Amino acid sequence: MSKVVNTLKEVIKLCGLKEGMRVSFHHHLRNGDHVINMVLDEIADMGYKDITVNASSVFDIHAPIVNHIRNNVVTALEVNYMGAVVGREISKGIMNKPVDFRSHGGRPSDIESGKTPIDIAFIAAPTSDNMGNCTGKYGASACGSLGYAFADAMYAKKVVVITDNLVDYPLYDFSISETYVDYVVSVDKIGDPTGIVSGTTKITRDPVGLMMASYATKVIQHSGLLQNGFSFQTGAGGASLAVAKYLKELMLKENIRGSFGMGGITGYLVDMLEAGCFETLMDVQCFDLKAVESIRENKRHREVTASHYASPTVKSAIVNNLDVVILGATQIDTNFNVNVHTDSNGYIMGGSGGHSDTAAGAKLTMIVAPLTRARLSLITDRVLCISTPGKTVDVLVTQRGIAVNPLRDDLIARLKEAKLPIIDINELKNIAEKITGIPNDVKLGDKVVGNVIYRDGTVIDKIRSVVV
Amino acid sequence: MEIKNKAAAGTLESSDIYVVVEPNENGIDLHLESIVYNQFNEEIEKAVRDVLNDFNVENIKIQLKDRGAVECAIRARVETALKRAGGVNS
Repeated sequence: MSKVVNTLKEVIKLCGLKEGMRVSFHHHLRNGDHVINMVLDEIADMGYKDITVNASSVFDIHAPIVNHIRNNVVTALEVNYMGAVVGREISKGIMNKPVDFRSHGGRPSDIESGKTPIDIAFIAAPTSDNMGNCTGKYGASACGSLGYAFADAMYAKKVVVITDNLVDYPLYDFSISETYVDYVVSVDKIGDPTGIVSGTTKITRDPVGLMMASYATKVIQHSGLLQNGFSFQTGAGGASLAVAKYLKELMLKENIRGSFGMGGITGYLVDMLEAGCFETLMDVQCFDLKAVESIRENKRHREVTASHYASPTVKSAIVNNLDVVILGATQIDTNFNVNVHTDSNGYIMGGSGGHSDTAAGAKLTMIVAPLTRARLSLITDRVLCISTPGKTVDVLVTQRGIAVNPLRDDLIARLKEAKLPIIDINELKNIAEKITGIPNDVKLGDKVVGNVIYRDGTVIDKIRSVVV
Repeated sequence: MEIKNKAAAGTLESSDIYVVVEPNENGIDLHLESIVYNQFNEEIEKAVRDVLNDFNVENIKIQLKDRGAVECAIRARVETALKRAGGVNS
């Protein structure tokens, strides 16, 4: 027996695609992914209209989706993150329906509960056997963890695995099991490895970035959380990686043995694992080749599902056991609300990803970002879009000082005692505006182009169109 | 001050501004592009016109591609472009 079907066209017919249905994709191949484009091109060629696309993220490589939207092939879009190229078009108002933005935890929760039932899941798999046992750990397009794809595989009515490395049955080291898979399609290439993972992720050499990383590390050091059993998540930005490097040195020096690193895993977290800073890494997504190699070779480096990572409706999720998370921001306001969805002109260029999930779960949520970027203050009176509510954000670290959420008296006292440069967030905003000047308010259009659906299901903000 | 030849100053790096000046017969012809146009277009134009005024420039074509430079950087780049245009000794 074999589930292999020769062409995408055939498999789309076999799955019984109809207008109005919802199809889904994961984003582990990131900006190297060919699968979303090849499937949507085929759906368009076959003459379908009115398809809802639920993709954990959409990157710049997915620009062809803009034409499918204009041609009414794709009439609804649900994502956790959207890159700037597609985001710019959405911000201009090309869709009738607003894009639903969820978080990495909210998406699988809504798939599992039936709020966003998936009709057909197309799962890009770097290696699969002919029955659909598949993994991201092997193959020319290896991406490591397939964490975001599990809910799709387990709950979609029809599941199609698309691979460019079909191997003999059984693939013993599978991530997603054949029990969920209806069909397997073998194609030449599911993606471009250079866009899937970066060869190396490098820490910043910018002195401003290093200074912020040094402050961030000191905040962790004096937070009261850095002790045996410590758990930590950070992103792949240059300054975040510098924190991982400084923190590793500090943990080794003080002989602290943490419990786990979570992520979004980079080579720097792998270094921390191998140096004994953590017992294990919990990996929903690999960012670089070193992380891919580690998840393949090291038993202490575990693949976890997006639900296990961050779902608000499972019995427990890893984010609820996080001590410290380091996150970025395009804007933060004086109430500590954070925007990671839009740029300072209101164009969509991102999304929550796990931002709001980890902020809600972690004991210490720290935003690390430069006080100004190209004449714009990081800090505003009101962010253009609330991605993560201020009550879940504890500390803002900039090169000009550290602002602590007034809700965290305990932390303010600790950090002041450690003689860190603590400053009121309003004062920090004044320092920025002395450098930049006071900006005019950005006027946005009336059309709602995006709903930001918080992890509890409430729409916490609406993204408005940009007037061109 | 008279603009004698075409000259440029600055770069297209983030937080800088690229300024090109050239002779013009009828007054000040100013073109501004900026990544922070919505937030700061009036301030940028005022800073540029201030510098032109300081140097008594009455006829000029000036093109500005701003990548979010702060005001002192804008003034310095404009001044340098004017000096390179042969009008004053630096």
